[in-house]
Amino acid sequence: MSESVKNVLRVENATMQFGGVVAVDNLSLEVNQGEIVSLIGPNGAGKTTAFNVITGVYQPTNGCVWFDEKKIIENYPRGKMKKLYQGQNAGKYTETLSPSPDKITQLGMARTFQNIRLWKGQSVLDNVRIAMHCRRTSNLLTATFRLNAKEEEAQTKEALELLELLGLAHVKDELSTSLPYGQQRHLEIARALATHPKLLLLDEPAAGMNPQETDELTAFIGRIRQQFHLTVFLIEHHMDLVMDISDRIYVLDFGKLIAAGTPDVIQNDQKVIDAYLGVSEDA
Amino acid sequence: MKKQNNLKTLLVTLVTIAVFAVLSVGAEAVAGNVDGMSMLVPVLKKTAVYSLIAVSMNLLNGFTGLFSLGHAGFMLVGAYTYAILSIPVAKRAGVYQYYDGGVVQFSIPETFGNLMGESVGTVIGMLLTLVISGLIAAFLAWLIGLPVLRLKSDYLAIATLGFAEIIRTFIQYEGFAPLTNGSNTLRQYASFKSLYAYVIVAGLCIAVIVLIVNSTYGRAFKAIRDDEIAAEAMGINLAKHKMMSFIISSFFAGFGGGLMAMYMASVQAKSFTVSMTYEILLIVVIGGIGSITGSIIGTFLFVGCSEWWLRFLDESANNIGGLKLLAPGFRMVVFSIFVMIIVLFFRRGIMGTHELPDVFRFLRKKIKGKGAAK
Repeated sequence: MSESVKNVLRVENATMQFGGVVAVDNLSLEVNQGEIVSLIGPNGAGKTTAFNVITGVYQPTNGCVWFDEKKIIENYPRGKMKKLYQGQNAGKYTETLSPSPDKITQLGMARTFQNIRLWKGQSVLDNVRIAMHCRRTSNLLTATFRLNAKEEEAQTKEALELLELLGLAHVKDELSTSLPYGQQRHLEIARALATHPKLLLLDEPAAGMNPQETDELTAFIGRIRQQFHLTVFLIEHHMDLVMDISDRIYVLDFGKLIAAGTPDVIQNDQKVIDAYLGVSEDA
Repeated sequence: MKKQNNLKTLLVTLVTIAVFAVLSVGAEAVAGNVDGMSMLVPVLKKTAVYSLIAVSMNLLNGFTGLFSLGHAGFMLVGAYTYAILSIPVAKRAGVYQYYDGGVVQFSIPETFGNLMGESVGTVIGMLLTLVISGLIAAFLAWLIGLPVLRLKSDYLAIATLGFAEIIRTFIQYEGFAPLTNGSNTLRQYASFKSLYAYVIVAGLCIAVIVLIVNSTYGRAFKAIRDDEIAAEAMGINLAKHKMMSFIISSFFAGFGGGLMAMYMASVQAKSFTVSMTYEILLIVVIGGIGSITGSIIGTFLFVGCSEWWLRFLDESANNIGGLKLLAPGFRMVVFSIFVMIIVLFFRRGIMGTHELPDVFRFLRKKIKGKGAAK
């Protein structure tokens, strides 16, 4: 790898323990500028928990997360967890850094959700415009008395362009929940893009899609990466999509990283095959 | 393009308020000259005041999704602030008869009246006092909000309910009596006489709330209501925005409380109980949670029913035959039935989350559609 490759996201020894359950165990991974990286694993492997740690929804029990060469999250087992902690690297980290999810989004990391979380009562256009709220320069007073008309106009224009690009322009005034499922997924991505992210985290973007829709989504993710100079980190169960699109893949099983590498390597990894298919008793 | 839109909105708002002001002058004339209409003016006054308070509650409960029941507390603070700051100095000895005329020995409307002339100065002073009432309620909201806004749904409701009761008890406390007159009434303060003053002031405040709701901040509030987790993930600072909504709502509750003090001509902490919050909540629910015009319509219906149209049910003289059905309090039975009917048939309130202009637009489209079909 050349020197110019830059980490966008680096997770270091992250452990997430709920009570006595270790959901994510000593997870370390890297996502480089411009890559599409996938995180796969059987159900309950801790993929979404890992996402929630990275985006600040959960505070990790131990470990740290770097974004754009800056440490954004760090924690070590404290208080009640001090005794309960079952993971590794206890004592390696000594600081506590836990910004709320909105701070992390403002740094340039946007996500979508496994179970679609659009704002139900709002129109498609407003869903995108609300996501732009975090980039506002107006305060309550200027916004109330419409002294920010220029910004509003620019944001509306940008939102319309974004919708146009994602093929949602014709439904911009519809309620977000009245859209068909596939379009709701697209709208979630549009909303994430509206925050101007550097890194896009997609949590099962193809869940519930048929093969044809999945193919379209694959092409779509490639296209937006080009257009917005994005780095993409995704969780997915559709192996066609994952193998097709990913530069690198991480495999998680019972919270532990069991394999990492290019799609070819992963496809032939015995541990991965075992994790997905199960190990036979007499092997 | 956008600028023109804004100008248009401003013009529409001002014209609407002006129309209501003219109508209210008309209503006063009608009430004075037509038999049986004597209740019209008080009902409309109360409607104006309660509308503002209901809309401010709707901003918090309906648009931000924070189920707070502390409104009566903030209204009480507003009403007391207004009353304390605007009793003319000469009348203080009479009002605070047990406390040597109280500790506050000035009156803002009177001071301004002396400075800028009786009529203009007094009005400016009164408006200023109303704003101060709002600000003090807002400050209190900030203090209460720091711990309370971390709570969710029912817990938030219980906590705010408790705070409202604490405020009421504090105001009735003997130790503060030189300031608040204890559990005695405050009266003889300056107040608006004519209906149109109430309509204009309440109308302008509601207009400001409408502007907030339709701004980028209003959209953020609605996002928090619809899905908090998604809102936070999209970069909206929950704590800050919830606090903002709570403070704005309380400001207007305090402001409305001041107006209410004017309307009632005397205030006493005893009347700002939880049931007052429930009255306003009922208005908001009947009108439609998340609809400003709904709140205003709901207020008119509620005030009209409870003060005027159903009064005849309370008079036992109206009883027909041997049935002793009509007796004091019977109107509340009928009123409750109305409320149940509304809740059964309009599950989301009269207006739902729609506004009146939306409805007109929809009807116009429908009529046009029919015309085209022919």
